[in-house]
Amino acid sequence: MAQAAKLCRPGVIAAYPITPQTHIVENLSQFIADGELDAKSVNVESEHSAASCVLGSQAAGVRSFTCSSSQGLILMSEVLFCIAGMRLPVMLVCANRALSAPINIWNDQQDSIAVRDAGWIQLYAENNQEAVDLIIASHKIAEDPKVMLPAMVCVDGFILTHGMEVVDIPEQKDVDEFLPPYNPPYKLDPKNPMSFGLLGTPDVYLETRYAIQKTLGDVLKMIPTVGKEYQDKFGRDSLRLIEEYKTDDAETILIAMGSVCGTIKDVVDSQRKQGKKVGLLKIVSYRPFPKQAIKKALDSAKNIGVIDKDISLGSDGALYSEVKSVISSDKKISGFIAGLGGRDIKAKTVEEIINLSEKEENSCRFIDLNKNILWEEFKTI
Amino acid sequence: MKKEHFQENCYVSGHTACAGCGQSMAVRIVMNTAGKDTIASNATGCLEVFSSKAPESAFGVPWIHSLFENSAAVASGVETALVHQGKKEGINVIAQAGDGGTADIGLQALSGMLERGHDVLFVCYDNEAYMNTGIQRSGSTPFSASTTTSPSGKHSTGNPRPKKPMVEICAAHHIPYSATSSIANPKDIEIKVKKALKIKGPKYLQIHVPCPLGWRSDPSQSIDVAKKAVETGLYPIVEYEYGKLTKSRKISSPKPVSEYLKLQGRFRHLLKDAKALAEVQQVADKNIEYYGLK
Repeated sequence: MAQAAKLCRPGVIAAYPITPQTHIVENLSQFIADGELDAKSVNVESEHSAASCVLGSQAAGVRSFTCSSSQGLILMSEVLFCIAGMRLPVMLVCANRALSAPINIWNDQQDSIAVRDAGWIQLYAENNQEAVDLIIASHKIAEDPKVMLPAMVCVDGFILTHGMEVVDIPEQKDVDEFLPPYNPPYKLDPKNPMSFGLLGTPDVYLETRYAIQKTLGDVLKMIPTVGKEYQDKFGRDSLRLIEEYKTDDAETILIAMGSVCGTIKDVVDSQRKQGKKVGLLKIVSYRPFPKQAIKKALDSAKNIGVIDKDISLGSDGALYSEVKSVISSDKKISGFIAGLGGRDIKAKTVEEIINLSEKEENSCRFIDLNKNILWEEFKTI
Repeated sequence: MKKEHFQENCYVSGHTACAGCGQSMAVRIVMNTAGKDTIASNATGCLEVFSSKAPESAFGVPWIHSLFENSAAVASGVETALVHQGKKEGINVIAQAGDGGTADIGLQALSGMLERGHDVLFVCYDNEAYMNTGIQRSGSTPFSASTTTSPSGKHSTGNPRPKKPMVEICAAHHIPYSATSSIANPKDIEIKVKKALKIKGPKYLQIHVPCPLGWRSDPSQSIDVAKKAVETGLYPIVEYEYGKLTKSRKISSPKPVSEYLKLQGRFRHLLKDAKALAEVQQVADKNIEYYGLK
């Protein structure tokens, strides 16, 4: 991932150490120290300042990169809204990790889901190859003068960040051809003074939100186009709204984001061998949310099971709620909360989710609960 | 604001600051001294609100505001971007904040900016409370001042704590320059901004700026009120270079603090309370001794 970030030639990098993100910024620092990357690295004193620093550097006209996880992303959250509101195409890699308390360094997706409303493009990688591709490809969309919105590439902490996989790292020459130097339509420049971050009264604020919403709608159309361009150049279709895996005739379709999709594909393959019509719908672009593509992909499905590695406590999983809002009411849809705080989602877990999806509807079923450690009054549930 | 207004000025009238606003006067001096080749970052606060209501701006230089606590971090990013582009020579980067955005919520980002050695001048406009939100106590509120969150009353003589010594906190980072100034002496602000901008590295300048609304003082007397703060020893005008006190403005015959306090409603409760008044006098006496003002 550091290699992918480096290929995009960021001029300013600011990040604060947090597990499991840290080695991305460590590697970038080493590239700079070794003269392999012409960039300035700012060792900020917090994630809040990391995000603020890249906000400033991007506004001054330089491509800027940051990365974080969990508490760090949440500490940044105030600035994340601001970066999008100021229409600055900052790039952020989020190594997805659970949120405190209790403190937990392992993977789930609660952190990025918690900032889903900030106005950022949010893409989820299934494996390290996709992480590399999405980092490079999303720059092109974010920096398009018609877009000018920040992008967050979400990679499951440890599972991907500390996983060893053989990946194809594109050639610098090819990336340079795909991604031209950052040339923003506006920047901080004494030759042409502009004010950034003005007070937006009730007379103008609503329109700023409408504009972001409208742009994210356009991004929905751009992702397949730029994805195709990326595929033509690098041979992989990693940048796409969704991936439909054996969904054409599937009666039961699971929906998920990130690395768990790899496990689900294995289960789908083995169940297909037994003649079960199951499939996977992988969401790559969570923001913007591809409602139409999802609806179309679920055409044949009778049973839908949505796996959330997050929960809107007091309600349901975030992905479940959003999928439910776009599908027709004749389909059975269930929501499953799994893998929180790094609990393994094994093939057996996925099989259980498939079985449950075919039974009665559930909106928010916790999978793999260890009832032995629950408080007494919850054990009956 | 029309373009021609900006031809000579980097900060122009037409904004919505209150009458007698010390901060607005100080900003004009800072910006015009720094000149056109300046990029300013700004914390949330009065200045940001009254100078930059969309679609207007009183600033004739590139200006950026994002949040309350991150003016120093945003300026760090701007400066780093300029260095990366090879454009830093000849462009000043100034980070601005009020006293809350400096001494309280912005302190961490400021300390980080100073420690990392960014070539940025941080200017704190010190009006000694959260004025934008309605005169709440900050870490920079002086001892015994009555604010809406440190009100005087039967059991209170106002703010129970002394001002946070920001100029020394910054100087303790052993930065090239850390100084105070006051709208009492506009020329002093100009000299210090010029001096600071000639130095490469992190600089801190804190300017005492009366807020007639929050201090409950006569808007036509802002400069005089600020003068009395200096003349009584309650607002020491000092300069630190690389951590050492190198200059302090002498006051040969300090005035009694009551001459400063009586001009402001925020200190009115002290005037009939000899003990409380004596305690404020002690603050001034200590300043005079500690900073060598005599």
